[in-house]
Amino acid sequence: MKRIEPILALALAGAIIAAAVAAPWLRFVLTIALAKGIAVMGILLLLRAGQVSFGHALYIAFGAYTVAFLAPRVGDAVVLLPLAALGAGALGLLIGLFVTRYRQIFFGMLNLAMSMVFYSLLEKLYHFTKGSDGIRVEIMPVAGQALDRIAYEWTIFGIALGLAFALGLLLRLYLASPMGEALAGIKTRETRLEFMGVPARGVLLSAYVLSAMVGGLGGALIALTSRHVTPLLAYWTSSGELVFIAILGGAGGVLGPFLGATAYELIRVYAAASFADAWQMILGASLLLVILFAPGGVWGMAARAVGGRGR
Amino acid sequence: MAEWFQDNGLLLGLALLDGLSSAGLIFLVAVGLNLVFGVLRIVNVAHGSLYAIGAYSAASIGLFLTSLGLPAWASLPVLLLSAALVGAILGPLIERLLLRRIYAQEEVVQLLVTFALFMILEDVQKLVWGVQPIHHDQAMKLLGTIDVPFGTDFIPFTNYQLFVLPGIAVVTLVGLAWFLRRTLTGRVIVAVTTDREAATAMGIDAAKIFLLTFTFGAMLAALGGALSSPTAALVPGIGAQTIVLSFAVVATAGLGQIEGAALTSLMMGLGRSIAVYFEPELEVVVPYIIMVLVLLVRPQGLFGVTETRRV
Amino acid sequence: MSEALLRATGLRLAFGGVRAADGIDLDVMKGEFLAIIGPNGAGKTTFINMTTGYLKPNAGEIAYEGRRITGLSPRAIVKLGIARSFQLPQLFLEHTVEQNVALAVAARMGIWSPLAPLLRPSHRDEARDILARFGLTAIADSRADALNEGARKLADIAMAVALKPRLLLMDEPTSGVAASEKMTIVETLVNVLRDAKVTAVFVEHDMDVVERFADRVAVWSQGRIAALGPPAEVLADPAVQREVIGIERHPTKEAPHA
Repeated sequence: MKRIEPILALALAGAIIAAAVAAPWLRFVLTIALAKGIAVMGILLLLRAGQVSFGHALYIAFGAYTVAFLAPRVGDAVVLLPLAALGAGALGLLIGLFVTRYRQIFFGMLNLAMSMVFYSLLEKLYHFTKGSDGIRVEIMPVAGQALDRIAYEWTIFGIALGLAFALGLLLRLYLASPMGEALAGIKTRETRLEFMGVPARGVLLSAYVLSAMVGGLGGALIALTSRHVTPLLAYWTSSGELVFIAILGGAGGVLGPFLGATAYELIRVYAAASFADAWQMILGASLLLVILFAPGGVWGMAARAVGGRGR
Repeated sequence: MAEWFQDNGLLLGLALLDGLSSAGLIFLVAVGLNLVFGVLRIVNVAHGSLYAIGAYSAASIGLFLTSLGLPAWASLPVLLLSAALVGAILGPLIERLLLRRIYAQEEVVQLLVTFALFMILEDVQKLVWGVQPIHHDQAMKLLGTIDVPFGTDFIPFTNYQLFVLPGIAVVTLVGLAWFLRRTLTGRVIVAVTTDREAATAMGIDAAKIFLLTFTFGAMLAALGGALSSPTAALVPGIGAQTIVLSFAVVATAGLGQIEGAALTSLMMGLGRSIAVYFEPELEVVVPYIIMVLVLLVRPQGLFGVTETRRV
Repeated sequence: MSEALLRATGLRLAFGGVRAADGIDLDVMKGEFLAIIGPNGAGKTTFINMTTGYLKPNAGEIAYEGRRITGLSPRAIVKLGIARSFQLPQLFLEHTVEQNVALAVAARMGIWSPLAPLLRPSHRDEARDILARFGLTAIADSRADALNEGARKLADIAMAVALKPRLLLMDEPTSGVAASEKMTIVETLVNVLRDAKVTAVFVEHDMDVVERFADRVAVWSQGRIAALGPPAEVLADPAVQREVIGIERHPTKEAPHA
């Protein structure tokens, strides 16, 4: 299964490009899916250590607002993306120093608390953030090139796809490295790590900062695509959505987040269009079905279809 | 300092009395969540939905019975009965059909199953009760108001908020403490909370205790909702707000601690209402600030016990 | 004359009313195999826990290579060259045996390389070499949660050995191991440790193992060292026999009062 992962990744990328070309409205949906997939890689990283963050929407919102605030000043997507990632990484380091002292429920709830504090600040500091109205993001040049709307959207789509590929590859290497394997060791025998001279908290903190960075990057891409940021990006249900996507995709492979995000966004768009009042219900029911009847997620189903092991 | 009190004493008094009634409501919901978490080891994200459904049901049943000519004095018992009804129907339904299938699963999966349930129940509320505010305050009007003296002024307070809400919270706290310490079933619940393996090894019927505890927790959530319904108009989203606050209480108080939950609810209720009067921007943030401060000093929660790992 | 690698002086530690260490003075000599015997609850594991930094003594101090290590974290103590294995094996259950040992190798070499694989040739070769010496090659690819007790125990010790310690503390290395395998396992262990010139302290309940492999025996009783010396001497002491061996040597064959 590991070996055909790159082939599957190429096939998925091909399918996404074909869908985006075939239907312009899908291009928007799929860019958002790629952005969320990038952010969910961070959730995957923490799940490796057996930890569930119920507050990672914080970093998405941070990345998105970084773009919204700096766009009038910096005004180039290529500069804003790394800025958002670095900013989110710095915030992740700050918060991570605190939350990585905790495990399980406390870890999850402290992350939730942090994201809710951020959400409240975005809502209440109206003169700065425009409160729940949010901030509009104008179409901006990319790498110095002024683009029309269609070209701009295609460019952001391309950047998202490229980043998804590059980061997916890096994540794959990371997970197989001593740091990644020690991260998985936190899940099963954290004390042993300490007795081997490995600082478990440092291992978790590194992963946490990385997860914040990809969260910020995903958020920046979302802001560049939807061109409107609101505090809802940081609300706890958005964090739940990220964990949802991780499980929907299947926590096994690096492709999982992208399979999950694509499935999630498509179900959401379809459900919202067909049953405007019940789209949450449909998403919730899909999640229940996946958990109860397809424990490996979409990735697991794909793996079984191909006939390999689910990992 | 003395001058400050002269100027702000009235506001502070108002804040404290307001805080008391909101602390009572927070306690009812949070202690239910804490009990369920202690026994089932599942953080029930849908606990807030049970609160919301309890509130909506109480309002609808009240409105319906009033239209049939129910005497006004009965409106208070109706609140309690509708809460019991919601808990007795939804509790066993959720536990038997859903939770029972996932007791052996990983924490993240359990969390997500209840998250999916939350999403489903959010839309169920909208489908059943619509999105227009619903208000039925007969129970509160029934009991009238009392003029609370503040220096030379008198401020009218509703007896319902001043006495009924905190009163029911205190009765629940005392009753729960008695039940958990003095009855066999209660002691079994405590035993399962403190040492699940040992308790089940001793032949405790876990399935029965889980069902009982969850139903009881659901009733407490519905009770909180039902009792809150006369004090404010019901709108979509109250469940989502309630659950994050309850999370904060549980994480701050520590696992399985009912007195801890009571004290924490009091701190958060008072803290929030003081914020409402003095720094409204901070209202939503206050519970999390309290939580972070407490966990910085006591990582296992205010009253939690550290689990020592044997090597 | 050999010198002390580890020197414990006046160690005291109480849990509530129980004195798990009540004035422990002990020198562990460079290169020796020191067995710790004694009834359950005598404080044998507590001594290992204090030496490895998991527990801090209320009083007294532990010096390693002349350097005070009391108060250091487990992590810092490992870095100085003291490793331990566990009574209940502490393996990374979702990893293979090879990965478990490779992680220990990586822990020693430095784990902060996020892009090169754990099972890079150098780590893998070393892990395989250690597994071969422990006779675990056949199960290198098995997941740790699928092993039998004996294999789990050996893998646990293999991880400690992969840290290349100069002092290895083993908490009941043969408990839970089938009687028929016991001597073979200990034989393997002793060979590996002698090759690597590791000083070893091990808690042991099987007197045959102690007699055969220990250079010296320390008898623990209620947080104190009741006797210390060569096995032949200590195990022949009637008081020791009564207190420790009589009940523990052949628990199934002889009644406790015999």
